[in-house]
Amino acid sequence: MSNTTGTLFALKRYAIHDGPSIRTTVFLKGCALACWWCHNPEGIGKDIQLVSSPQRCIACGECIENCTQHALHQSNGDIQRDQDLCTICSECVETCPALVHEATGWETDVNNVMTELLKDKTFFDEDQGGVTFSGGEPLSQPDFLLELLTACGTHGIHRTVDSSGYAARETVQRINSETDLWLLDLKHMDSGQHKKHTGVGNELILGNIQLLSDQDAFMRIRIPLIPGFNAFPNVLDTMARFISTLKNVPAVDILPYHDTAKSKYEKLGLVHTPVPSKRAVLNPTKAIEIFNNYGIPAESGG
Amino acid sequence: MNERIKRLRAQSFNARPAISIERALLETEFYEQHTGKHSLPVLRALSFKHICEHKTIYIGEDELIVGERGPYPKAVPTFPELTCHSVEDLKVLKSRKMTPYDISDEDIQLYQEKVIPYWTGRSMRERIFSHVPANWKAAYEAGLFTEFMEQRAPGHTALDGSIYGMGLIDFKARISDRIQRLDYANDPLAADRFEQLQAMDISCDATILFARRHAKLAEKMALESSEQKRKTELQEIARICCHIPEHAPRTFHEAIQMYWFVHLGIITELNGWDAMTPGHIDHHLAPFYARELEAGSLTREQAKELMSCLWIKVNNQTAPPKVGVTAKESGTYNDFTQINLGGLYADGSDASSEVSHIALEISDELNLLQPQTSVHISSQTSRDFLKAATRVIRNGKGYPSVFNSDMVIAEQLRVGKSITDAREGGTSGCIETGAFGKEAYILTGYLNVPKILEVTLHNGVDPLTGKQVGLQTGKATDFTDYTMLYLAFEKQLEHVINLKIAVNNYIERMFAKYSPAPFLSVVIQDCIENGKDYYDGGPRYNTNYIQCCGLGTVTDSLSAIKTHVFEGKLPMAQLLQALSNNFENSEALRLKLANKTPFYGNDDDRADDIMKSVYESLFTSIDGKANTKGSVYHLNMLSTTCHVYFGKMLGATPNGRRAFLPESDGTSPSHGADLKGPTAVMKSLSKMDQSLSGGTLLNQRFLPSVLKTDQDLDKLCGLIRGYFKLGGHHVQFNVVDTATLRKAQQDPASYRNLLVRVAGYSDYFVDLDRDHQEEIIARTEQATT
Repeated sequence: MSNTTGTLFALKRYAIHDGPSIRTTVFLKGCALACWWCHNPEGIGKDIQLVSSPQRCIACGECIENCTQHALHQSNGDIQRDQDLCTICSECVETCPALVHEATGWETDVNNVMTELLKDKTFFDEDQGGVTFSGGEPLSQPDFLLELLTACGTHGIHRTVDSSGYAARETVQRINSETDLWLLDLKHMDSGQHKKHTGVGNELILGNIQLLSDQDAFMRIRIPLIPGFNAFPNVLDTMARFISTLKNVPAVDILPYHDTAKSKYEKLGLVHTPVPSKRAVLNPTKAIEIFNNYGIPAESGG
Repeated sequence: MNERIKRLRAQSFNARPAISIERALLETEFYEQHTGKHSLPVLRALSFKHICEHKTIYIGEDELIVGERGPYPKAVPTFPELTCHSVEDLKVLKSRKMTPYDISDEDIQLYQEKVIPYWTGRSMRERIFSHVPANWKAAYEAGLFTEFMEQRAPGHTALDGSIYGMGLIDFKARISDRIQRLDYANDPLAADRFEQLQAMDISCDATILFARRHAKLAEKMALESSEQKRKTELQEIARICCHIPEHAPRTFHEAIQMYWFVHLGIITELNGWDAMTPGHIDHHLAPFYARELEAGSLTREQAKELMSCLWIKVNNQTAPPKVGVTAKESGTYNDFTQINLGGLYADGSDASSEVSHIALEISDELNLLQPQTSVHISSQTSRDFLKAATRVIRNGKGYPSVFNSDMVIAEQLRVGKSITDAREGGTSGCIETGAFGKEAYILTGYLNVPKILEVTLHNGVDPLTGKQVGLQTGKATDFTDYTMLYLAFEKQLEHVINLKIAVNNYIERMFAKYSPAPFLSVVIQDCIENGKDYYDGGPRYNTNYIQCCGLGTVTDSLSAIKTHVFEGKLPMAQLLQALSNNFENSEALRLKLANKTPFYGNDDDRADDIMKSVYESLFTSIDGKANTKGSVYHLNMLSTTCHVYFGKMLGATPNGRRAFLPESDGTSPSHGADLKGPTAVMKSLSKMDQSLSGGTLLNQRFLPSVLKTDQDLDKLCGLIRGYFKLGGHHVQFNVVDTATLRKAQQDPASYRNLLVRVAGYSDYFVDLDRDHQEEIIARTEQATT
């Protein structure tokens, strides 16, 4: 193993919706996309931030006292942080008894992550459990990811990579050599629409899906069903047509949209762009039908 | 569920628990006339026979399996020879809001006139309490431990397969043979053995007589019945009740009725803890089922109907009413009959069968308080059996609970049982391991481990009362390191356990001498051969368990002291001050303790190592101490509902828990302390060598949304199997969300059916008192992304 470092923003054990059987999901920080519906906005930025949940504050004043940069102060009973002064020393995170302050990620190395991952090896060994690397975008830290995948491989742990597919072709190829299953997002076939709602065009993504299919990689396509964006029969139809032309036709998971991340955006000081429409034109069952019509196995959730 | 079962179920569900004074009157009348004429065992047997001869016989409409302990369903007798309820007790039981028992004013009057005067000063409870030493009483009153045998007889009785191959006439032959072989010249106990064997013989006659009275009533009812179908059924009942229990059963129907008469005999003779259980009923019924199915004399539907009748019969036997401390320990109508399904046959092969699947279906459909079902999963158990069990678990009744057969066997092998006896053993009550049909494994009482730490922190004084209740092990402010504190805690622990055991052994001899159980002794192996009672070391194996409570609370408290006092900057005096003020004005400190301490349940060695050392200390102090039957004590890690009572006797604790709130339950983490999901919890628990115990208990609460799809169930199976591979003994699930529980609190009438897992048993949520309801809500909800 090695001490190559990387940045995570979460690590969840007993994750049961990120691939087959019981898994631990590792969330790698940083993503080039900024999807309007993103559930994990803390995973977008590469840099670690300190954020606060003022509603937990009991006004004990310990963090203010201990802040060497005087970046914290009380105003209207709420704790406020001056991000310009904050050097992210994490003293406030350490001292606050009420868990008001937290970091949006942490730097760690392959050895440390592997120690955590191996803790649930017994559970992975039941059926095909294992580790899922998610994000953010796991491919945004390719060297770190590759080492983790390789290390998991030497322990016989099943490896899933949950990715937007937005990465250089060479990176995908490199990662694929150590990946047992891909969960790849497909959001829209129209590059303009894609760019408008995610910040990037879809050419790279479609190319990578094609590439992985050509290389016989095990893959599932995940489609977040976003009202007003892609939850229309004609949009899904174009996706289904694309998928059906792949060399190996992968199964599709339809992920229903839930508007649950608003408070996360607020905490991060980010603007939460509401999805284009609140009303879903298409329910998951209908969506599944569209894919089935092309002979593509599809299910809700995943 | 067919129409008959629907009607019987409704009758059982709707029947109100009531106290019947019939048994008390018969018992008193008999004792008044016969005390002094016979040896104690014979007196007990004759008194049992007197009850069997004279108690009201009940055969309900629609019933196929017959017999009640009381005069009608859910009418529960009292046992004044053990503990005689006062008029005040009866009035409290009648009027209390939670789990009341009906009793008429006339019956209270009769009790006052006929029962109470005779038993005053004579009941086991009074005799025990008049003998206990002052330091025991002080510790008991401080809530350092409870005593199981002050209100009920030592229990935990599960049967093996003997009664399905032998009638009572065959047992009588064995008894007679043993009497023939008594060696008065060389065996100084021969005369005692004779009395005991004679008592066993009488008790067999009593049970046969009891069955015959049912036959007679059934015949009479058949004559009177105008409906041909019912007439035939009643004639069949009459035929069966003449054949068994005198002779061995030949059919599936006879086998169930055989068991039921033996069950009733045992719970009529005495009110042993955890009622009585058939143990592995699927093992015992499977051969009858296979034979009759093959012969075409029984269909799957008929088998299911008959088994459903048995389930309903068990539900009709409400727990005997308790009062005082014991009522707080366990405020429930549940009498803890636990039916084991699956597991292994004596030869080590997978014992799950079609009968096991039928039993699971019944538990799911009937949705009754009793019996509890548990599934026993070994490495060999078929996948589909565990999957079928998770389908029932998903429905959120709290059962079946899930046990690891391989661990249950390992626990028994460790204490010297044979491999075949261990495989035929299982779990009863909540999670307690025993060799079914061959062992008296007696729960003796709960130990309040966090309270022992509290007393240690106050040099032997209970800070809630200021009384000296333990040893003077030094002032906490003088401890200079964690080891000093821990050694003081160990010393205190040893002292409290010794105190408990001393009185326990005394009580045990009281039961052996004055309250033998001859009928129970007939059906538990080796009592006949040894010519000794179940309570006197007669069975093949004789175990005493002490149940240790609050492992999570004590571990987290020690971890907090270690982290913040000895490795941090918090002065011990300041901590003690905050605890005595129940964290009043020290919320920052409380949050620091609660949020900045490594806690048990997160797969974090810093906390789990402390848990391991506490577990080892408990083991060292308890395991191997002598009981009065030539055997020893072992530890057991369950709390039933006692963690709520113990919590009420406990001030604020160093883990940030406020005073009087419940302690952690079983071997589960403290409420809300586990933040890393169920695999981390299981990893933490697996760090204790569970094979050294007589059982551990893990509660997990899942949101219904986590168990929606078939794949979700596969993942639950994987979780269970993973835990068992790691050496877990037991896990049980509550599948219900907080919103539902809150709604049930608001509107109990609409949620009368909502079963939840409490401890090693389920109860109706609306029947629980507020403390227990809140406690269940506080258990960490395992949601997942």
